[in-house]
Amino acid sequence: MKTVKTILASALLTAAVVALLATRSFAADAKDTPSITPKTMADALHAVMDSDRTVYTKNVVNRLANQEKVITASEHFVDDKALPLPAQMFRMGSEMVTSKNVGFTYSLLSKWPINKQNAPKTDAEIAGLDAVAANGGKEAYYTTEELGGKKYFTAVYADVGGVAACIKCHNNHEDSPRSDFKLGDVMGGVVIRIPAQ
Amino acid sequence: MKRKTILWLAWCGVLWGGAGLCATLFFSKSRQSAFIPGSTTHGHHQIENDCQVCHTPWMGVKTDACNQCHAEDLKKFRDTHPKSKFTDPRNVDRLKSISADECITCHREHRPEITHAMGVTQPDDYCYHCHKDIAKERPTHKGLPFSGCNASGCHNYHDNTALYEDFIAKHIGEPDTKAKPRVVARPVRAEPKTPTFPGAYPADTDATVIHDWQASAHARAGVACLECHQLGNASKPWIQKPSYDSCSRCHDTEVKGFQAGFHGMRIAAGLSPLTPAMAQLPMKPSSAHRELSCNSCHAPHAYDTRKAAAESCLQCHDDAHSRAYQASPHAKLWAAELAGTAPAGSGVSCATCHLPRSSHFDENDERIVTVEHNQNANLRPDDKMIRTVCLDCHGLPMVLDALADRALINRNFDGPPSVHVESIDLILRRKAAKQKEKQPHTQ
Repeated sequence: MKTVKTILASALLTAAVVALLATRSFAADAKDTPSITPKTMADALHAVMDSDRTVYTKNVVNRLANQEKVITASEHFVDDKALPLPAQMFRMGSEMVTSKNVGFTYSLLSKWPINKQNAPKTDAEIAGLDAVAANGGKEAYYTTEELGGKKYFTAVYADVGGVAACIKCHNNHEDSPRSDFKLGDVMGGVVIRIPAQ
Repeated sequence: MKRKTILWLAWCGVLWGGAGLCATLFFSKSRQSAFIPGSTTHGHHQIENDCQVCHTPWMGVKTDACNQCHAEDLKKFRDTHPKSKFTDPRNVDRLKSISADECITCHREHRPEITHAMGVTQPDDYCYHCHKDIAKERPTHKGLPFSGCNASGCHNYHDNTALYEDFIAKHIGEPDTKAKPRVVARPVRAEPKTPTFPGAYPADTDATVIHDWQASAHARAGVACLECHQLGNASKPWIQKPSYDSCSRCHDTEVKGFQAGFHGMRIAAGLSPLTPAMAQLPMKPSSAHRELSCNSCHAPHAYDTRKAAAESCLQCHDDAHSRAYQASPHAKLWAAELAGTAPAGSGVSCATCHLPRSSHFDENDERIVTVEHNQNANLRPDDKMIRTVCLDCHGLPMVLDALADRALINRNFDGPPSVHVESIDLILRRKAAKQKEKQPHTQ
C-alpha cells in the first residue's frame, strides 16, 4: 500500500514539474518571440516597395529610356517590346502578392487617376489621400477600417513624382484629369492593408 | 413465418441490388451520365462521363477544377479580370453584386436553359455590375445597352489583347488586304540529313511503308523506325501501333496542345479517344467512328503537313463553314501555294487559321515557331484569332466587321462583310472630342 502511495506521489510530482517547466517554456517562447505592430509592418513594407520602385524608376527606366534612349518604356510594353512603366511594375507586383494570399494587400491610387479604377473609393482611402496631399507627403496616414465584415489596419503613404518622366506622362496622357503636376508634387498614394484581429 | 422470411430476403435483395446498381453507375466512367443533372456545355460534353474531372466525390466542384485546364490560356492572353483583382479587400463591394472571384459564378455547368455563348450563365448585361458609370468616363458609350458590351469586336471579359483602345487606334485606316499578305513562315530547318536506312523492322512490312517514310520529313531528319516503334531503344519490344508516347518524345508541345483542345481532351481525361460521332458539330457519317489520334491527320509514315492542313480536316468536318471552304478565296490561295504558283505563306488552309503557326519563346528563351495544336486556342471567342492570324494578311477594320458577320463566316469569307462594328467609330469620335477640348476657345 505504501509502495502504491509512493508511486502515485512520484507521478504527481513529476507531472507537476513537467507542467511547470512547460508553462515556463511556453511563457519564455511567447516572451522571446519577436512581434511587431501593424504600423511597423506597414512602414517596413512601404520602405521596401518605395526603394525597389525608385531603383527601377531611376536606374532602369529613366536611365535607359529617357537618358541613354536605348529602349522605350510603354503602357503597352508587351506589344511595344518596351519596359513596363514604373507604376505598372508596382501594380503587377501588387497583383502577384494578392494572388499569393499572404495576409496583406497594397495598391497605388490617386485622386487624379489615368485609369478611373484607381481612384480612392473607401472612406479611409479618400481621407488618406487627402491627408498626404495636404501635408506634402511629410507624414503617412494611419487608420483602421472594416471592409466586407473584416477589420484592417490601413496605412496611406504619399506617392511623389520623383523624375521628370512621371510628370510629363501624367500631364500629357489623354485620360489624365490633371495636367499641372510639378516635380516633387504628391501625385497619389500607396495604400497598405493589414488584417487586424 | 416462412412467408415473412421470403419477404425479408426479397427486401434485402432489392436493397443490395439497388446499392450495387448505384455503385456501378457511380464508379463506371461510361455510365456516370446517369447522374448528369442537365445537358453539358459544348466545351465539356466530351468529358461529362467522368464526373471526377471537375467534381469532388460528393459532387461539389473541385476548387481548382477550372484552372487545371484553363489557367494557362488565361495567363497567355493576359486575362483582364484576374481573380486577384477581386480578392483585394478594396473591391469587396463589387463581390456583393457579383462574385467575380469564382469561375462558377458566370460559368455554371449543366444549366442549358440559362447558358449563352462561351458557356456564360449570367444575363448578357453582367458588365453593368461594375461598369454602370462607364458613360461618365466614356461619353461615347452613353445609351449603349450593357447587353452589347460583349458583342464581337467590342470587349471580352477575359481576352482583350486585340480589343484594347490603343491597339485598335493603331490599326485605323488599314486596307482590307495588306500589300504583301503572308502568314508566319514555316521554320527553316538546318541542312537536312541524308535519309538513313530505316533500321530494323518486321520482315512482313509493306514496301509502301518504307517508301512513304523515305519521302518524309522524319527520314530527312534522320528519325528511323526505332525512334517511334521502340521508343528510341533497340532493346525495347517493338510497338506495332505507336501512340502519343512515341510522338511526344519529340513533339511534346504539339501533343500537349492536341490534348488541350477538343480533338484530344478525352485522352487527357483518361477516356477513350474522341470519335466524330460524339461531336456536337455536324460531321460526315462516313467518318463517324474514326478515333482521333496524331495519325488521324498525319498519316502514319507519310507525314505530310500540307495534307494535314486542310484535307485531313475535311475528312470529318461537315458544317456550313467547312463545306464552303473549297470554293472560298482562301482555298484558292492555298491551292495556288500547293501548286507552286504562289509564294510560301500566301495560301490559307484550315490550319492556317485554326491550328496556326506562331512565333514565341521556348524554355531556353530562344525564339521558335511551332504549330498550335489546340484548335480552340484562338477560336472562342472569334476575336482571339485577330492577332494570331487575321492581321497577318488583313487590316483590322475589315477583320472586326468580318468576324461579326455570322453569315459571312458560314460562307467561308466569300466576299466583303455586310456587318459593321462601331468600335473604330467610337474611338475616332472620342479622339475628336479630346482634340476639341484641348483647342483654345476662340470668340
